[in-house]
Formats: sequence, structure tokens, C-alpha cells
Amino acid sequence: MTKRIDEPTGTSTVGHEWDGIEELDTPLPRWWLLIFFSCIVFAIGYVIAFPAIPFRHSASAGVLGWSSHGDLDTQLAAERQRRAPLLRAIAATPITDLPANPQLLAQAVEGGRAAFKVHCVQCHGAGAAGSKGYPNLNDDDWLWGGDLATLEYTLTNGIRNPDHEATRLSLMPAFGEILTPAEINRVVAHVRLISGQQKPNAASAAGAVLFAANCAVCHGPEGKGGREVGAPNLSDAIWLYGGDTAAIRASITVPHAGVMPRWGNRLDAVTIRMLAAYVHSLGGGEATPAPVATAEGGADGGA
Amino acid sequence: MAALDLISPSGPLYQKRKAVYPKAVSGFYRRLKWAIMLVTLTIYYVTPWLRWDRGAYAPDQAVLVDLAHRRFYMFSIEIWPQEFYYVAGLLVMAGIGLFLVTSAVGRAWCGYACPQTVWTDLFVHVERAIDGDRNAQMKLAAAPWTAGKAGKRLAKWAIWLLIAVATGGAWIFYFADAPTLAQAFVTGTAPFVAYATVGVLTFTTFLLGGFMREQVCIYMCPWPRIQTAMLDEKSLIVTYKDWRGEPRSHGLKKAAALAADYPAESITAALAAAGGAGRAGDCIDCHQCVAVCPTGIDIREGPQLGCITCALCIDACDKVMAQVGRPRGLIDYATLDDAVVERAGGTAPSALRTLVRPRTFIYFGLWATIGAAMLFSLGQRSRLELNVASERNPRFVQLSDGSIRNSYTVKLRNMETRPRPVALVLDDLPGATMWPDSGDRAAASRRLALTLAPDATTRIRLYVVAPADGEEHERFELKVEPQDKAGKDHHDAEDDAVFERPDRED
Repeated sequence: MTKRIDEPTGTSTVGHEWDGIEELDTPLPRWWLLIFFSCIVFAIGYVIAFPAIPFRHSASAGVLGWSSHGDLDTQLAAERQRRAPLLRAIAATPITDLPANPQLLAQAVEGGRAAFKVHCVQCHGAGAAGSKGYPNLNDDDWLWGGDLATLEYTLTNGIRNPDHEATRLSLMPAFGEILTPAEINRVVAHVRLISGQQKPNAASAAGAVLFAANCAVCHGPEGKGGREVGAPNLSDAIWLYGGDTAAIRASITVPHAGVMPRWGNRLDAVTIRMLAAYVHSLGGGEATPAPVATAEGGADGGA
Repeated sequence: MAALDLISPSGPLYQKRKAVYPKAVSGFYRRLKWAIMLVTLTIYYVTPWLRWDRGAYAPDQAVLVDLAHRRFYMFSIEIWPQEFYYVAGLLVMAGIGLFLVTSAVGRAWCGYACPQTVWTDLFVHVERAIDGDRNAQMKLAAAPWTAGKAGKRLAKWAIWLLIAVATGGAWIFYFADAPTLAQAFVTGTAPFVAYATVGVLTFTTFLLGGFMREQVCIYMCPWPRIQTAMLDEKSLIVTYKDWRGEPRSHGLKKAAALAADYPAESITAALAAAGGAGRAGDCIDCHQCVAVCPTGIDIREGPQLGCITCALCIDACDKVMAQVGRPRGLIDYATLDDAVVERAGGTAPSALRTLVRPRTFIYFGLWATIGAAMLFSLGQRSRLELNVASERNPRFVQLSDGSIRNSYTVKLRNMETRPRPVALVLDDLPGATMWPDSGDRAAASRRLALTLAPDATTRIRLYVVAPADGEEHERFELKVEPQDKAGKDHHDAEDDAVFERPDRED
């Protein structure tokens, strides 16, 4: 600790020395010091004005009353306000008229995308690809119909909701109690024939007779399904519960009768409309059929 | 070393700025500085107002950094965000260029081209026009506040402020259409960020050019430290040739007078170094080099951080040398090697010779190579690009007819400033067809005719359907073929994609 005057600069050293390296005690420029002091003054003002001092369970409030939670609330309120006209426009447009307004439709699809991530992904998956028992919403196969109005109706009223009049309802009988296992095996052979999974044989021929007697009333004489009762198309490549022999046999013996909640009493009509638009946009959406029977369905009441 | 006596053992906590009143000077380097100031300021103020015709679909401003639309225009060159490496390349060139300049001519950037130097120079000139030269300024500073002094101060600050506003104002025009923004700015309808930017730049220009000046170079700027590290013994620096100047003729008398206070050996040694007792050096200790220095240093103390090598002291000293009938160049640009040679009585090689050495050649070679490579790649770059991204959730969709559908997000970048008819073509993937999500599967085909918006990215969600039998991950190519021959670039663009199918084990 020997302070000395550094010859070339004429400045005093601070007195420390590390391996021959010394530090000069160069005075700070005055403006630097003034800025430093004003920063301290600013910091004191900041501590008074804003939440700054942590206590055990909270913090000092600050005289301005600002908080990050309050800030978030303000931003959310502003965002709600910004979206309000858009939501009103969607609410005022019947879903079948949305395609005529591509911009509004695109906005509805985006709104639906967000709502889907909250309410629908639990069963249908993040990509809406579904899984066994939960339909894939991307494909071109629909149990109850894939046009906008039908989707909105299905979303609003759900499927097989026992407490609701307008719900989609159909129940396939448990054929395990009606047909013998051998008969069921013949029906399975016929179903696998019409879905192109096997060649005709004696079993399938016998199954065709049984099919016409027991199944065609809902699934149609060619097994192409019936949307009025949500009967699946049995001749295509899409199987909700699997298309192999064992899976078809199980479905005939004890049908599954899956349930979808009715969203009409959980979500507002605009959200449901946006969800319908989103599901319709996933690649399998169908055009609205020319004569619309019940367009609005249960979706009433504005935002 | 009178400074020794001023330092108290503990040292003061802070140091007041020593006011600098640089004296006006004329000469070669002063004229050079005027010329450089004129060129740099003209470039800065005029560039945003230059027009460059790019047709109806792009702005006609020659140099425009369009942050909002993420485009960078520079005359005939347009840069998209993904081509930002050109800007990075320019920055690398600027860095190596500074190495080159520093190793060749020392801190020329600091002395001539740095905005801090240029604007300070301009402000100092305004100061002289209002307050008079060095002596008048010092007298005015010491004088009590009168109406006259206040008037002069107000006039000076007003002109400074005007320059500062113009400086901040010019900056924003690089980021938007200059005439439109100028009109909006004056009528008060410009965006807030424009006013904020002008405000901040006005404030910094006014403060740094008017009041901080050399404090910026000495305390705030990292560049003097970096440049100091890059100098070598062959870099040109402003040098006081002490072997020629010492002992100062004025200083000799003083030294004799002070002889009693100093150890006798030091004076004898100084005189011996000067070539013998009684011989006076060329420096007459007139302090002109100190008076003209914009950073207020004494160059005779040797190379130092505060010297920005503006060379004004060379001009001042040359004048004095002419008056006392000595050769010019007592203070001159010289390298440390030159100093050794000249001190020993030799003649230093010409400044041009010192430029020719491996270090400058390597820097120049690097700099030129990067420049040439960038120019070459600019000439070769494609103005039509295609990006295909597979949708991952779901990877594929089983369709009711047994076929498999994949979807892709296709980005088509038309980087020319005109609409462009193109065809999107499906290569490989037998049996597959495609359609955009705005269309219908009924209209699916293997070739999609599109018109791409000018200078924009067209984004399409594309569905591709292929038979179920095939590889689980089948590679294929999407190609975009320009259908016109108007522009310079007729190359196809293509991108690889993968068609996903269900696992066969299922």
C-alpha cells in the first residue's frame, strides 16, 4: 500500500499493486459525477412512485398506484375493446353467410383456432386429428354432416346429451344380444367386403342378408351410412373405432355411442360460430347444401 | 512538470472540464477537413432526398430502410430480411476498412470523418462566427453576464439548436418516404416515433457537439482505446519532433532561471540530447499547437489518447516555422519508425512507402475480397424463392376414399417489383394431386397457375393427396417456374418436401 505519483501522467496511484500493475486514481469528470448523482435522485423518486420495496407478503404500492397486474388488465380490456366490433360482426352474420365475407371468415377461423386450443384439444387433439373414438376433424368423413350450419348445430347441442332435447341422438342396438356370434362374424365379413378389405366369400354373402335385415335401415343398403341418425359410412377407409375384424366385431356386439358435450350452455354463440368455422377450415369442410332446413339451430342470442 | 505540484496526495474526487477554445487556423489540413466536412454532411443531408425509379410497386427513394415492410433499398439493390447478411457483410467491410485506415494513417477516422468530430467542428465554427476567435471567447466567458453576452449566447445556442434539429430531422428520412414524412412532420401528423427520434437526436447533437465535445472522445468513446491498440510503429500519427524542437528556445531561458530548483543533471542531459549546450531547438514555445487543438492537449507531450490526429497543430506550427524561418514539419505526420530514423539523423522514407507493407496489404486484400464476393453474389442471387413447410399436426390425414392427404405451408417470395405469373409444379410423387386450401379437391391437379404479388411473399396452404401405397416418408420436390421472360432472373426455384403416410404396421 504505497501511494506514489505516476510520472508520465502526474496522477496519484490508489496504492494497490498486482504483479506490477497499478491503478491510477484519476479523478472522474464532473459531468459524469453529476449524471451519477441524478441517477440516484431518479432512483429515489422511482422507489417512491412505483412498487419497489418488497415486504413479507406484498410490496410497497408506490404513490402512482401502478402495478403490472393493473397494466395487464388495462391491456386486456383494450384488446377486448379492439375485438368487440369484430365479434359483433360475427354474431350478426349467420354462419352460412360467412363464406361470402372472406375476411370475416378468416378472422372467425383464427378466433376458432384459439378457442379450439382451450376447449376441444382434450378429446380431438391439438391438430384436430382425433384418436380412437374421437373423430378426426381434418378428414372428409362426417357422421352428422360437415357443412358450416351442421357443424354449428352439432357444437351447440352436442351428441347424446341426456339432459337436452335438441342434442344429436342415436343409439345402435347392442347386436350381441340380437345376433349370435356366428351371425355377427358374417356381418363383419360383409362390412369388410364393402369397405374393400376382403374378397367376397360365403360368409360375406350370408352377412349381406343379415346386413340388409338388421343394419341397412340406418347404415343404408350399401353401408354408406346415414347422417340423419349419425350412422357411420361403413364402405370408406375411415374407422372411428378401428376397421379390422376384431374391432368391427366389438363395435357390433357392444356399440360405443360416444358423447360430445353440448357447448351451447358453456360457450357464447360467437365462440361456437368461430369454432364451427375453424373446424370447417381444416380441409374436410363441406359446402352448405342448397335447401337449408334449420340454419340457425340452437345458436341464438348475441354477444 | 508543473502538473506534479497540482496533485494533492489524496487526489480530488472529480475534475471540472477544462474549457477548450480552439483557435482558428488555416492550412492544408484545415482545408482537407473543410472538404471532408462538406462531403460527409452533404451525403448525410441529401441522400434521403435522392429518387430512384423502381416502378409502380416499390418506393422511389434511392436509399430507404423500410423497417415497417422489412425492406432495405439502396439504389438498384433491394435487400429482404433473409438477405441481411449483405448488411452484415457491409459491416464487416466497414470494420476491416477501419483496420486498414488505422494501420495506414492512424486515427484518421477520429480526426476527419467521425460524426462527433465533424459536428463539433461545425459547432466550433458557429461559435467563432458569433463570439469571435479564441481570445475573444475566453474574454467573453470570463466577462459578467450582460445583455450583450446573453444575446450572443442565445444566438449561438439558437444556431446550434437549428443544426441539431436538422441533424435529427435528416435521420428519420432514411426510414420513410422523405417528402411525405417531411410534410407529415411539419403538419404534426407524423408518427410519434418520428418526433421522439428527432427529439433525442437533437438533444444529443446539441449536447455532444456544443458542450461535451472532447469529453466524448476522452471519456465516453471506446474507439480511441481500440484504435490505440491497433496502431503499430508503422502507423502515421501526429508527431512532435522533439529531437528537432527541444530544448525549446523559450524553455531554455526558463530552465536556466529555474536551475536552482532542478537537479543540475537533468538540464545538462536535455541540452546534451539537443546537440550541445547552448543550442536552442526549433520550438519557440509559442503554444500555437495547443491553442488550435480541439481537444485541448499539448501534442509536445507525445502520442496520447486525447489526440484525434486532426492535424490542425501541424497547420499552426508550419505557419510559425515559416515566420521564424525554419523548415516546416516540426509537428508532422510521422510513424514511430520514422521518429527513430530521424532522431538518429537519417531521412525517413516517404509516407507512401510506409503504406506499402504486409499489414496494409492483408487488410486491403481481405476488404477487397469480401467486397468482390458480395458483388458477385449480389449479381447471382435469385429473385424468386420457394419454401415448403410440412404441417406436423396431423402429419397426414386418412381420407374416406383410401388416399392420404398431407398439407404444406408454401411460401413463394417474389422479390421483383412487379407481379409475376408463375406455375407451381409437383415433381415426383406419382398419382398425387394438389390444391390450395382456398380451392376444392375437385379442381386438384399437378400444376397450379398463380400470379405472385409484387415484392411480396405469397403464402399458400397446400393440400396434396396421394395413394396410400408408397413409402412411409416419400421425398418429392415442389417447383416454381416463372411464366414470363420480362425480368433478369428466369430460374426455377424448388424446395424439397416429404409426403408422410401411416405406418404400415398399423
